[in-house]
Amino acid sequence: MLSRRKFVYEIPLYIMLAPAVVLVLVYAYTPMLGIVMAFQRVLPGKGLFGSPWTGWENFIFVMEMPTILQVVWNTIRIAGLKAVAGVVVPVTVALMLNNVTSRAFKRTVQTIIYVPHFLSWVIVAGILVDILSPSEGVVNRLLGVVGIDPIFFLGDDQVFPWTMVTTDVWKSFGFGTIIYLAALTDIDPTLYEAAVMDGATRGQQTWYITLPGISGTIIMLSTLSLGNILNAGFDQIFNLYSPLVYSTGDIIDTLVYRTGIMNNQYGVATAVGLLKSVVSLLLIGAAYKAAAKWADYRIF
Amino acid sequence: MNERIVKLPFFENLVNLAVLALLAVVCIFPILHILSLSLSSATAAASGRVTLWPVEFTTESYRFVLENPAFLKSFGVSLLRVLVGVPVNMIFTILVAYPLSRTKAEFRGRDFFVWFFLVTVLFSGGLIPWYMVIRQTGLIDSFWALIIPGALPVFNVILLANSFRSIPKELQEAAAMDGAGHWTILVKILLPLSLPVLATVTLFVAVSHWNAWFDGLILMNSPAKYPLQSYLQTIVVNPDPRMLTERDLALLKIISNRTTRAAQIFIAMLPILMVYPFLQRYFTTGIKLGSVKG
Repeated sequence: MLSRRKFVYEIPLYIMLAPAVVLVLVYAYTPMLGIVMAFQRVLPGKGLFGSPWTGWENFIFVMEMPTILQVVWNTIRIAGLKAVAGVVVPVTVALMLNNVTSRAFKRTVQTIIYVPHFLSWVIVAGILVDILSPSEGVVNRLLGVVGIDPIFFLGDDQVFPWTMVTTDVWKSFGFGTIIYLAALTDIDPTLYEAAVMDGATRGQQTWYITLPGISGTIIMLSTLSLGNILNAGFDQIFNLYSPLVYSTGDIIDTLVYRTGIMNNQYGVATAVGLLKSVVSLLLIGAAYKAAAKWADYRIF
Repeated sequence: MNERIVKLPFFENLVNLAVLALLAVVCIFPILHILSLSLSSATAAASGRVTLWPVEFTTESYRFVLENPAFLKSFGVSLLRVLVGVPVNMIFTILVAYPLSRTKAEFRGRDFFVWFFLVTVLFSGGLIPWYMVIRQTGLIDSFWALIIPGALPVFNVILLANSFRSIPKELQEAAAMDGAGHWTILVKILLPLSLPVLATVTLFVAVSHWNAWFDGLILMNSPAKYPLQSYLQTIVVNPDPRMLTERDLALLKIISNRTTRAAQIFIAMLPILMVYPFLQRYFTTGIKLGSVKG
């Protein structure tokens, strides 16, 4: 009787959830079933289960792609460099901002450095293609003033990965500093007072109070970024790469796009996507476990 | 405010300020440069004389862009996308956030549904199956392909559910005593008390709709249905000569491709720059609220 009344009480909750549940079933769960395409030779118009099954054929095809190892390595390299820069730069900038006495100056700098975060990669790519051009771009013109030869930032395969890391930092470091600034304000100020009493220098204060104070945040964010090691930033690379830089700049996601959407090899593209999803999931799981463990160490 | 401000020695303070100022310049310079280019003459742009200030000032590029029907059309698609997409996203977000913000005693299915939605963040079928499902549901080449498949942003649900949870239970219990049901509690108590978070989420959603480009690019067959960012992707970033009309080719002789590209980029980021003061005010609050554990 009680249980029934409880159910009646819960009915509106189910009504609220219903549309979203249908939506998610169709557009998120059905595509998960679609991974069976990884084991099929997908024929147009045959539907999900009408195409012939081919076992591991697509996966073997992927393994035998001449560029596959290079592409995986490119992905890990770019994503790894971005992850490191994505911690070091925001932490440094947050520490620097923390030393600024003038509120107006601090606020102005913050206001400006957050802007790029809100622009899409299409817009940023449009800007970069123009300013990084070796012939007419303003960056190479300014480098010319100090006597540096034009650099083909987007067309030289030795430079391209570094261009990706730098421009990614340009777009996101400002936003990253917000989190670290918030962590800095949580540090107990009496710790500093005590340290000053004991004659600690500023360097010692940073090393023994500030950095340990935000290390929880640093560890958590870096560990979680491990789950993203196979995401080197499709939006950015897709909009900036070209066949000239495939050797160092082609990543898993762009490969999936070209194989699947442009060459219509649905089965193969799905197989690559599936491999990526599984590895990412394992890494995310491991990362969360590690983060929890580190967090526990920090709390107790 | 328990912000600690260390007084740096004079010289170090100067270096610190200079480096920060330089960073700010590096962030804003490309944007100002594009603006100057878009307002300069084609010859000035081509001869590399434009840096931070328009040279041979002209608004010709803007006139060309704003008279281009394809550009205006895609601008309209983007505008419509924001106007329709934001309310749809908000309704879905609110309707899911409420049940998930209840305690387990109030809603026995809570944990199941939390995982039901969370799984979609952790695992996805990948690009191709997603594309196939959208095709099967008949949305290819339809405006609704830009609205429906992404109607539930799970991250925003978490943000809003956390905010609902931080509202004192006593208020809701008192209302329930007076016979208020779930709908009344949601509409009369939780929503009015969550206005700052709702504003944050609305802005986030609007910006992400305005900035989205990939779905338009692959889900629309005809470029006439592209939202602005997808259109720019094909015109500015990845120029496809087939997209140029005869009119474009004739006009390009007068004004350079470069200044018109700059004008298009600037127009596309203008709405973002216009809401930026609000974005900045709200997103810090938003981030902090999102990290509040329930």
